[in-house]
Amino acid sequence: MDQLIFAGEVFLNGLMTGVMYALVALGFVLIFKASGVFNYAQGVLALFAALTLVGIQQGQIPFAHLINAAFGTSLHHFGWTVPAVLAIALTAGVMVLLAFLIEKLVLKHLVGQEPIILFMATIGLAYFLEGLGDVMWGADIKTLDVGLPQGISDTIETATANWFGYGFFIDRLDIWATVIAAALVAALVAFSQYTKQGRAMRAVADDHQAALSVGISLRFIWVMVWSIAGFVALVAGIMWGTKSGVQFSLSLIALKALPVLMLGGFTSIPGAIVGGLIIGVGEKLFEFLIGPMVGGATENWFAYVLALLFLVFRPQGLFGERIIERV
Amino acid sequence: MNSMTDEYVTEDGRRIGGTVMDLRNITLRFGGVVAIKDISFDIRQGEIRAIIGPNGAGKSSMLNVISGFYNPQEGEVWFKGHRRGPMRPYQVARLGIARTFQNIALFDGMSVLDNIMTGRLNRMKAGFLSQALWWGRAEREEIENREAVEKIIDFLEIQNIRKTPVGRLPYGLKKRVELARALAAEPQLLLLDEPMAGMNVEEKEDMSRFILDVNDEFGTTICLIEHDMGVVMDLSDRVVVMDYGRKIGDGTPDEVRNNQDVIDAYLGVAHD
Amino acid sequence: MIYREAGDFKTSYRSDGQTFPIRLDRWGYYAVLAVAFGVIPFVIDDYWANAVFVPFLIYAIAAIGLNILTGYAGQVSLGTGGFMAVGAYAVYKLMTAFPDISIVIHILLAGGITAAVGVLFGLPSLRIKGFYLAVATLAAQFFLVWLFNKVPWFYNNSASGQITAPTRTVLDQAVTGPTASAPAKYLICLVLAVAVAWMARNLTRGTIGRKWMAIRDMDIAAEIIGVNPLAAKLSAFAVSSFFIGIAGALLFAVYLGAAEVGEAFGINKSFLVLFMIIIGGLGSIFGSFAGAAFLVLLPVLLKNTLVGGFGWPTDLAAHIELMVVGALIVTFLIVEPHGLARLWRLAKDKLRLWPFPH
Repeated sequence: MDQLIFAGEVFLNGLMTGVMYALVALGFVLIFKASGVFNYAQGVLALFAALTLVGIQQGQIPFAHLINAAFGTSLHHFGWTVPAVLAIALTAGVMVLLAFLIEKLVLKHLVGQEPIILFMATIGLAYFLEGLGDVMWGADIKTLDVGLPQGISDTIETATANWFGYGFFIDRLDIWATVIAAALVAALVAFSQYTKQGRAMRAVADDHQAALSVGISLRFIWVMVWSIAGFVALVAGIMWGTKSGVQFSLSLIALKALPVLMLGGFTSIPGAIVGGLIIGVGEKLFEFLIGPMVGGATENWFAYVLALLFLVFRPQGLFGERIIERV
Repeated sequence: MNSMTDEYVTEDGRRIGGTVMDLRNITLRFGGVVAIKDISFDIRQGEIRAIIGPNGAGKSSMLNVISGFYNPQEGEVWFKGHRRGPMRPYQVARLGIARTFQNIALFDGMSVLDNIMTGRLNRMKAGFLSQALWWGRAEREEIENREAVEKIIDFLEIQNIRKTPVGRLPYGLKKRVELARALAAEPQLLLLDEPMAGMNVEEKEDMSRFILDVNDEFGTTICLIEHDMGVVMDLSDRVVVMDYGRKIGDGTPDEVRNNQDVIDAYLGVAHD
Repeated sequence: MIYREAGDFKTSYRSDGQTFPIRLDRWGYYAVLAVAFGVIPFVIDDYWANAVFVPFLIYAIAAIGLNILTGYAGQVSLGTGGFMAVGAYAVYKLMTAFPDISIVIHILLAGGITAAVGVLFGLPSLRIKGFYLAVATLAAQFFLVWLFNKVPWFYNNSASGQITAPTRTVLDQAVTGPTASAPAKYLICLVLAVAVAWMARNLTRGTIGRKWMAIRDMDIAAEIIGVNPLAAKLSAFAVSSFFIGIAGALLFAVYLGAAEVGEAFGINKSFLVLFMIIIGGLGSIFGSFAGAAFLVLLPVLLKNTLVGGFGWPTDLAAHIELMVVGALIVTFLIVEPHGLARLWRLAKDKLRLWPFPH
């Protein structure tokens, strides 16, 4: 019985982790649908956003490390701090600028290339952004605090203690993350259904040529989609960053969004969410039940192996469309 | 098969033999859509057999059944007197059936020569080690097969583009290289999927000449799909006409031309 | 007018199919081999061996391996680091279990074991393609690294969890372990690199290479002309992993001497080798060498100028290196997807016509 209750707690925590995965996966899906680009750099975007947010909030001088090395100065901070809300807004601005630059410098020149070439280009982009983030803001591990509540939720602990005789430990941050993720998804769906830009985005996703022929600017859509993906990355970066500090491993955690997508299908927003939840719950339960027998740390590979096995039997993912091959 | 007995010689002196490919009551469905409904016909040794029909009649599906790309739900495919079970396309190719594609399917990253050499892959049996060390059988086979391929290159008059990457060739030449690749396999049955689609008159004439020459010189049995009625009637010995997945006519070009159902399908007639 | 093919007529299909059809190329190739075998071993010191030549040759082998799979057979893999780890741990287990058998045999066997593992992880390639497969190969990367980290049998229960190469000799010269000399390390890598390149060249110009390229260019058409996709893809995985396994074995035994799996064979190694073939040129043996040389030399160069020249801190130099590598990858994919090999060929084409512009 105890084991079952523990498993229940693990399950809930897995759901919360899954929400985080889904959040990153969402960014992938958006870009993939609108531009056919499989954006490997999405995780690094989240890292970059979190680094920038911390930097702005704490009044760090960008490129201080580089300037110091080049000119022998010893700059580090402006000496002010920026309120969280303003810092988030400024970071969102940076992400839009970044989206613009990526379109201008990279994507524009790769139109019509094979998907795999675009994919490899985003790996290069990921390396560049990782280096840029480090050079701009320094590579030390940073704590991120924008005022989100943290710590174990007392309410839930007391409530579950009354029901089961055992108090569930659930981080308040995870609850907030779930709420914010849900709000974000709702906002995105509303955006793509009810606004002109949203409809244009869906048109482009459906058929580039046809969208062009009715006068939709592909470049504008791409900048917009990458901006949105940048914003989603910012949200994911805030969550992950608050949870486990802003550091390189954040981009690796975000790499888990890839198996999430393989499960959910690359073009499906509900798929990204369900896939995220399955991976989150699956890896936590697997680690809880099987992990101790094989030495632990199975979270490192569980998601990938699950996705691999799954793909062998259903290559199009849970929600993807079946592909009929023709000659 | 009784048709094995009635061999004959055509007016232009080609020998037509017994049945090579026999399709019996073929039905092919995609989910609920019936692409081919209960079609039977045969292809005889040495003949040029055409399948014609309006768009969406199921011609390409039929060719894909013959080449093993689709396996029909019902019916039997007999090749050279043996019933062919469900097979992977590469196994069908190894039986001696080669084909070309409607939308050219060449290997763009390889030269013309290498593309044509792929037609002979199934004739090259050198072991892995021999290939890795380029010693013994691998090198010998490479040279032997190169000689065979050079004959086809001469035949199709593409000597000057031998080493050109296929991606750089114009459309008409690509079609010719594709034919060369199929011929390189020295197939017993050659399938041509709209060999003249998208060509101008001159290119069509060239291609017609090549098809007739292939049939005449190598005695290759050919089954082709074509849109252009004029070309088909001039080229082929017998014609199958399809419409909406059914066979509506089968016979010599003259017989088909005078068949009322065929005229209706092509010219359009009010359905009651 | 010095570099030309005019007058260099081929009178047999054999000579037409050779590796270097142009006479001057052939001479250049012999000259490079003569210098590599006849000059460098006598002048090489520890710095040049460890910083440049040994890693260059080892990564060239790995790059050839990945190029077989990705450049020739069109299957993108992000599992190179994991497969190199298989080679490293296989050679470690063999070296310590059978100390009397030649290290060369162990290295080749390690390649063979890696080939078997590669085939296993290549099986999904029959169902999944493109970047789906790329992501699926991440499973190999993360699972293998985890496996070698968690199962003590693989590292002989050593307390540190590391594997350390004991001293082994070839022709009475130590090639592994602390006493190995620079020329010995260099030569064993050189011999294997040349052998691998030669085999790769033979395989890619013949039947099996055409099957790989047919699958890469248009898999459905390849199957219809008679290529068995199962055999073609799995043979590409096997050959590729064999070479990558050899590279992993050399990287551990000859170059590093001691290794911890997550650090030496992590996901970054997979990307490093992938970058080498992108920069060098997909589908080119020469490109594998060029890409390996480029990415081995780049950090050395950056470090020497930024840290040695300007006196900047090393971590900053490392971050700038990330940016430079990332930017280069993007640039190459935009400007010249066929990499350095293609640039080299273009330069030669120009040279062939020189001094007449047309």
